[in-house]
Amino acid sequence: MNGQAASADPQLQHFIEIESQKQRFQQLVHQMTEVCWDKCMDKPGPKLDSRTDMCFVNCVERFIDTSQFILNRLEQTQKGKASFSETMSE
Amino acid sequence: MDGFGSDFPAGGSGGKVDTGTIMEQVKVQIAVANAQELLQRMTDKCFKKCIGKPGSTLDNSEQKCIAMCMDRYMDAWNTVSRTYNSRLQKERARM
Repeated sequence: MNGQAASADPQLQHFIEIESQKQRFQQLVHQMTEVCWDKCMDKPGPKLDSRTDMCFVNCVERFIDTSQFILNRLEQTQKGKASFSETMSE
Repeated sequence: MDGFGSDFPAGGSGGKVDTGTIMEQVKVQIAVANAQELLQRMTDKCFKKCIGKPGSTLDNSEQKCIAMCMDRYMDAWNTVSRTYNSRLQKERARM
């Protein structure tokens, strides 16, 4: 419904693109914070100790690695199977 | 949320809406949505950490735990945000 309005106004279109990008970033930060909280957090103390902080850093890096690994592997599988790629691209 | 339709008249039917006004409104709505998202997830996580068996009141130690949990959740959020951001920078540099 916004397609027409956005294409009619390049400034607005640009704005929406940027904001959507920022929003995807934020959304993933929310999601990863939640996932890594479960992995890394014991009892919340008066400070975030360096070990826990490091756990969060590693957790984020490995989460992204996992996501990329899965994406790559799915792509590989897709190449091998034409029928599978058909169903995926639809 | 029910103000959404009235803030954004359907294309053509309404008068001209200033682009700046639309952008401001979108920014506000995004900020509100993000705050709600954080509040919801933080409440969920800190409830699980701090409330073992729900009693008749939120007692003192539970309140202290929740306060600390909120601060740590924000720390965690910031660490995650920083790490993700620098990872994105690195990947962009590689391309």
